[in-house]
Amino acid sequence: MDVYIKGLGNISPQNTADNSQFLEEIVEYNQNNLQVIHPIYKDHISPIRLRRMSRMIKMGIAAASICLDDAGLTDPGAIITGTGFGCTGDTEKFLLAMIANAEQHLTPTAFMQSTHNTISGQIAIMLNCNNYNSTYVNRGTSFEAAFQDAMMLIEEGEANDALIGGFDECTDNHYIITSRLGYWKERDIKNTDLYTAGSKGSISGEGASFFAISKDSGNNSYAKIKAVSHFYKPDGFKDVEKRILSFLEANGHSPGSVDLVVNGLNGDEEGDRVYHQLMSGMLKNCTHTRYKHLCGEYDVSSAFALWLASKILKTQTVPKSVRVENAPEGQIKTVLVYNHFNFSYQGLFLLESC
Amino acid sequence: MLVGEIKQTDEELKEAAGAGNLKALTRPTILGMLAAREAAADAGLLENMEGTGFISANTVGGMGHTEQYCLDYLDVEKEGDFMEYIGTHNCGDSTERIADYLNIKEYVTTINTACSSSANAIMLGARLIKNGIVQRVIAGGTDSLTRFTLNGFNSLMILSKEQCKPFDENRMGLNLGEGAGFVVLESEEAAKQRGAKVYSELRGFANTCDAYHQTASSPEGYGASNAMNKALKSAGLTADDIDYVNLHGTATKMNDLSEGNAIETVFGDQVPDVSSTKGFTGHTLGAAGGIEAVFSNLSISENILFPNLNFTEQMEELNFSPLSDVKEGAEVNNVLSNSFGFGGNNSALLFSKV
Repeated sequence: MDVYIKGLGNISPQNTADNSQFLEEIVEYNQNNLQVIHPIYKDHISPIRLRRMSRMIKMGIAAASICLDDAGLTDPGAIITGTGFGCTGDTEKFLLAMIANAEQHLTPTAFMQSTHNTISGQIAIMLNCNNYNSTYVNRGTSFEAAFQDAMMLIEEGEANDALIGGFDECTDNHYIITSRLGYWKERDIKNTDLYTAGSKGSISGEGASFFAISKDSGNNSYAKIKAVSHFYKPDGFKDVEKRILSFLEANGHSPGSVDLVVNGLNGDEEGDRVYHQLMSGMLKNCTHTRYKHLCGEYDVSSAFALWLASKILKTQTVPKSVRVENAPEGQIKTVLVYNHFNFSYQGLFLLESC
Repeated sequence: MLVGEIKQTDEELKEAAGAGNLKALTRPTILGMLAAREAAADAGLLENMEGTGFISANTVGGMGHTEQYCLDYLDVEKEGDFMEYIGTHNCGDSTERIADYLNIKEYVTTINTACSSSANAIMLGARLIKNGIVQRVIAGGTDSLTRFTLNGFNSLMILSKEQCKPFDENRMGLNLGEGAGFVVLESEEAAKQRGAKVYSELRGFANTCDAYHQTASSPEGYGASNAMNKALKSAGLTADDIDYVNLHGTATKMNDLSEGNAIETVFGDQVPDVSSTKGFTGHTLGAAGGIEAVFSNLSISENILFPNLNFTEQMEELNFSPLSDVKEGAEVNNVLSNSFGFGGNNSALLFSKV
């Protein structure tokens, strides 16, 4: 069943929290660790709640609030989030206090807020919403799994609408650990040079991106979502190509009917090969865009990609900063979002204009 | 500190899993390998996993190694054997390793809704089958004891120094435990086609949110009764059809009062046999829903109800008491299994004899 995107809330390393703007100006970074631009939280969260919230929770709740306001939604049929690491700051805080204090005299706040479902639970409390509530924690396809769950609930008639979010934060310690895992480029680069740096690794990012979806198109939908899919450890490029093709065909499309692709290119030579193969092969007639120079790489960066796709379809503009080549000609009707995380985790979204 | 600890070391468990040569296996991974393999073997699937998805759940991922090595990870000058584990903190890590061990590629994801996680994994499995996304799944969860969770629950002052006494007037809190529990789910058609052994039908389920407090449940147990009522409704059954309820029953003051009130809301003065099996296992957090789903299925297939250990004194606020002796030769047609978590995540599964 098709669903419609009715609201967006995106807190990212770019100025995306204000829904009336669309990447008119790009924020440039000269280090490989992109952090979010915080909105004025008291505009979105009551001061009493705000005082007790950690950084990640503020980001998540504010993005959710912006999204719900945008959609005029107050009692979503489901609240579902996806996150790679959850409330990383709270987890670290409790863990490091536990070690420093030799397991003595610990206060529970950071522990209570460290669970990955804190944000979905806090949104439910804020809205007094007793409906379906869940959180996916499956590395690079956490957000896709959350979105798929929401679409299934609507298909099943269990919900008419839903709030879905992807969130992750990169703390200083998280950056150190992921650096040691070899995720990031060794030398600092400018984020806008991400695709030309020609080296191993990417740049780190973070964000909280929420979506309100409904089974009714109503007025003012951003886009129609035809389908979402994710798959695990494909057998090389040919298998990826096959899966994308069958995903498109199962939803009444073909590579020729896709106007624009949002690619998950992240500047890592090895990982980007699959995108380049698709861009010069099966999807060569589409307009291609990319986004990770804007938000960095993180487990649920595909939520930023879906935000970008939704805004492109609604505004029918493709900001210069995300274009790979030329601006598209004519109307943009169909958008494919394709992202992978370390090749093992692969996600697809198919959208149409309303 | 009294805990439900599995006595074997990681090395011994690895040997048992035939995984002695694999690197970077965390304890939840190894426990999950053993349990998921046992479930797959019991269902006659080990030889051919085609068409089988894997949905796991856990609450703190590889925290057991993170808490041991995090200071080493953060000391960028330091090298050593600890580096083997640096990428294992993520909740998706154990899922990935278990899926690879069982050669599952079809559909892989992980849920973390705190202590209701694996009940939600089982629910998702059923829904993925219903929606035609996979033919069958292995679903459940795994968690190991960590100092992080021990100190966290201790800071909340809900750990008992004695053996936990669920639903007892003098209950003093919970004992943490560790383990893994998985079930194999498949459509009726697919099960019949391959002549599979069937333990029960997952006839109903529900996921609701208490929306009351981040960690405490509402005293009247609204979320809990809502989950049980919705599970009954989805199964097309009424309260008097239920023969047994496997309670969440953590033995904290709050949970048992809240859940007890919810039981009375749903069943009135006709409360069926109920027990919490956490006296046998401790509270295994992200694994609890999976382990208790296995107990519930054994109750149906073996006509046996497991007792609520350590119960001696009736709770003042309630009009029912849990089953305190094992009940053999019981006619068990319909079982409700409750799982509740931080964030107000309340889930109930309803298994029926076929």
